[in-house]
Amino acid sequence: MQSFKIADREFKSRLFTGTGKFKNSQLMKEALEASESELVTVALKRVDAGDANDQILKHLNHQRIHLLPNTSGVRTAKEAVFAAQLAREALETNWIKLEIHPDPKYLMPDPIETLKATEELAKLGFIVLPYIHADPVLCKRLEDAGTSAVMPLGSPIGSNKGLKTIDFLEIIIDQANVPVIVDAGIGAPSDAAKAMEIGADACLVNTAIAVSDNPVQMAIAFKMAIEAGRMAYEAKLASPVNHALASSPLTAFLDEL
Amino acid sequence: MSFKRIFDTYTWDEVKASIYGKTSADVERALQKTERNIEDFKALISPAAAPYLEQMARMSHELTLQRFGNTMQLYAPLYLSNECQNICTYCGFSLDNKIRRKTLNEVEINKEVQALKELGFQHVLLVTGEANQTVGVDYIEKALKQIRPHFANLSMEVQPLDQEDYERLIPQGLHSVLVYQETYHKEDYKKHHPKGKKSNFDYRLETPDRLGRAGIHKMGLGALIGLEDWRVDSFFVALHLDYLERMYWKTKYSISFPRLRPFSGGLEPKVEMVDRELVQLICAYRIFNQEIELSLSTRETNTFRNHAIKLGITTMSAGSKTNPGGYAVEPQSLEQFEISDDRSPQTIQNMLIQNGYEPVWKDWDLALETAHSML
Repeated sequence: MQSFKIADREFKSRLFTGTGKFKNSQLMKEALEASESELVTVALKRVDAGDANDQILKHLNHQRIHLLPNTSGVRTAKEAVFAAQLAREALETNWIKLEIHPDPKYLMPDPIETLKATEELAKLGFIVLPYIHADPVLCKRLEDAGTSAVMPLGSPIGSNKGLKTIDFLEIIIDQANVPVIVDAGIGAPSDAAKAMEIGADACLVNTAIAVSDNPVQMAIAFKMAIEAGRMAYEAKLASPVNHALASSPLTAFLDEL
Repeated sequence: MSFKRIFDTYTWDEVKASIYGKTSADVERALQKTERNIEDFKALISPAAAPYLEQMARMSHELTLQRFGNTMQLYAPLYLSNECQNICTYCGFSLDNKIRRKTLNEVEINKEVQALKELGFQHVLLVTGEANQTVGVDYIEKALKQIRPHFANLSMEVQPLDQEDYERLIPQGLHSVLVYQETYHKEDYKKHHPKGKKSNFDYRLETPDRLGRAGIHKMGLGALIGLEDWRVDSFFVALHLDYLERMYWKTKYSISFPRLRPFSGGLEPKVEMVDRELVQLICAYRIFNQEIELSLSTRETNTFRNHAIKLGITTMSAGSKTNPGGYAVEPQSLEQFEISDDRSPQTIQNMLIQNGYEPVWKDWDLALETAHSML
């Protein structure tokens, strides 16, 4: 399975994970280890960056894990830029998962504010990974603005509804010049495998792992599904057809003439 | 436009008849749907839904787990004052209740803050009575400025204010405001609030609109259970919520279910809600609205709270003191109401962990408020 790069960092694992909704920090740690994920997102609002004993950060202090703070909670581009700067200072990383969802009910990302913030943060030297709706035009605009990847949703955050946006994800992947990470809504390993089969570079999974009865086992299931999906993509899937292909073609006689 | 225009198109008696007229077929239809409307909510809180309680509880548990995970947010109230100019028939702070009045000064606030920090709290709810001369907007603003640097998140439960007052307080670090209508029964509301500014039903009813227009991050709604028929009052809470979510879509909402508790000089609840009915109500709100925060205070018993964590509740207070200075300054002063669950925050934390839940002490950051206030 090929590795891939975001900005100048290479990733072997294409499974990105989150830190929310686990029963406890120890279980979170065990699930993240089992996932072999190299990029783990953490909400700035949930951690106390100044506390060396912070229950979440303490468990993420692992050589393999690259920390991706997110701006969850902000409602505007200006708030996001401020939060990103604080995260950079507190967590010593210029990587930021840009989440601007002024709608607290469905947590739908605001495309206009996200574009504005990406432009600003890219200028400030951030590696920006914006969480967005599966909007192909927005993805191209974000590329122009200097984004390092795009993170379109499969379905609403935490819904476990799978790839409801698959038609648009395919267009995004087809047109992309930056990595495409399917984020939000992935509920089953088969959803993740499907995302990889259509050519996504990675998937971010949190709820489906964290709230399962056995998060460690589920993390392994996702790891395997993502590997399987990627391998299938690299091996090139046979195209589906609606009619049978005769093993003795009707025009074969032409070759014998 | 305000909620009043919608509210005025309903009558209490018609709503009541409609709720009590729901059948098991209505309940089953509501349970089978994926998105429920206000009519479905009526069915879920109706007597006809009682036989479906276990099914509702399982559904509520699953929906809550999916949206909130295995987590429970903890907070504590910080009572700043028990001075009050209102007469409320059910409240220990009522003007006609002859208790010693107390408003914390700067030094006393500091002592309470330190005590709460030592208990581990990061989310704190500031509470006062309604006395504009002593605990008006100036006092609240000063207190917010003083308390804000010490906690990740500040909420407030005080008298309803004008929109410009909220606009003044939000940049000082006010994250959320709780304002309960007490009862949506307009005529009986007057009987329960015969004197003081609080007797203005419409001003209170339109408070969430003023908060929404002021751009508050979160607001808490609810009815005081025990004043009137809880089913009808809860319907109006849901109706109010439904309206507010559409109007002020950037604001987050929470619901509480305060049941009348004994207090000094107290009123017996007119309508008693038994535990089974409270479970039905909690589950009904969750099935109706999967994203809403549901909060349970220490008014409820240990046993009830131990089980409620799996019924749909997402936020709990712990170790609460309902008297000004109750944590450190004057632990023996008179409380607003008697709490029922008096376990320490540490004990609550252990109970949550034993039940497979992560106690969340921090789910906001002062930095995010700073970002907002600097814009």
